Amino acid sequence: MKSYLKSPLSLLVAAGMILSGTVRTWATEAPREVVITAKRFEFSPKQITLKKGETVTLKLTSEDVTHGFFVRPLKIDTEIVPGKTTEVTITPQATGKFTTICDHFCGVGHGNMMMTIVVEE
Amino acid sequence: MKPSFNRRSFMKVAGASIGVGALYRIVPTWGAGKEGQEMGRLLGKANGESVSPFSFVQLSDTHVGFNGPPDPLGTKAFELAVEKVNQLPEKPELVLFTGDLTHDSENPEEHANRMRLFQKISSRLNVAKIKHVPGEHDAGLDGGKLYREFFGDTSYSFDHRGIHFIALDNVSRAKPEVGEEQRIWLKKDVARFSKTSPIVVFTHRPLFDLKPEWEWFTSDGDEVMNVLAPFENVTVLYGHIHRQNTQRLGNAAHYAARSLIFAFPDPESGSEKKPIPYDKDQPFKNLGIRQITGKQDQVPSSVSLSINDVELSVREFAGTAGIQQFSKKGVSL
Ligand SMILES: [Cu+2]
Repeated sequence: MKSYLKSPLSLLVAAGMILSGTVRTWATEAPREVVITAKRFEFSPKQITLKKGETVTLKLTSEDVTHGFFVRPLKIDTEIVPGKTTEVTITPQATGKFTTICDHFCGVGHGNMMMTIVVEE
Repeated sequence: MKPSFNRRSFMKVAGASIGVGALYRIVPTWGAGKEGQEMGRLLGKANGESVSPFSFVQLSDTHVGFNGPPDPLGTKAFELAVEKVNQLPEKPELVLFTGDLTHDSENPEEHANRMRLFQKISSRLNVAKIKHVPGEHDAGLDGGKLYREFFGDTSYSFDHRGIHFIALDNVSRAKPEVGEEQRIWLKKDVARFSKTSPIVVFTHRPLFDLKPEWEWFTSDGDEVMNVLAPFENVTVLYGHIHRQNTQRLGNAAHYAARSLIFAFPDPESGSEKKPIPYDKDQPFKNLGIRQITGKQDQVPSSVSLSINDVELSVREFAGTAGIQQFSKKGVSL
């Protein structure tokens, strides 16, 4: 299975940026990162698996036009604008299979542009 | 003398929809008696114009330019619907199109051709007033630029026989939302009306969470409905979901009309968001027109009169061969 974990080095860099100016120690783990790419009319990967209670940062990019990234039960509603990385940090509190859709109209196949976020115990 | 009547029921907007659309009948329920006339006069005072009986039709999701699968018939259902509307014994005064008039095309010229074809077909409607709102397939890609060239503003309001109609655009910002600017406009627009004024909102997407994971929602729908919450007679007509739906939420009744191109399944059936397959033996299955005869078999002053005129039963009509089917008496909302 493909891992969406970034290298430990970049995690440290990211953690350093997030924690700078705070008194927290390095023992605090930076959130796991999950990379998701959008293009007309699909997300890649089509499914990701998260753990209930685990904080993760979704790193979202688009290869073409602006897409949406919307999943009501996880309270995510964002835009993926091409040319930059959109980060969303979540800590899912419930298990389940959550359909995530593009909700920014992007063309003829828009209505079926979706992926699944699985949250396990 | 203070007339004793239930303000909420002074007018019923009775709706029935099927594949092609819906015919709505506006019937003042206070009847023709002396007391009724007094109420009509008082309400007329409050609203500027009193409500008088008339009927109108909602058509939705014609998707001109769409070529199957699943539906290889193109504009056939739309054209048949136009014919049916023209044949209605009770001539509608108004037709509302609730979006997705055309199917989108990457090529603006081709999209313009589709809008022209839509207009060519809809111009055959023998109806004085035709109003539209865009769907995401009309206005999602270019922010409504082309749509405005053909149909004018994407949101506006007008009065017809004492009813205030509001066209709301929840598609041209590309996301399922109405947006702050339009909400501020809406607030101002309804400010002059009394609580009992009948309001009909027509828009493309549902203004509530019908099925968010199928994009059947409007993200600021609650805020819109909060603006309308003080009003006691609010009817919301929408399309987008390609199937019939009726919901009463607070003071407002929400009605979806079916599409004129293909149907979506019941989201609660566990099926995927995929058009219901085309059936060549029943080409207009799940599409159709429902006619409301407006026959009165009860005392005219009966409040239930207009409701009894209508049948709105998803169960009864889903899956039956559509466009020729006509309503029967029966189910009340
Ligand atoms: Cu998209």
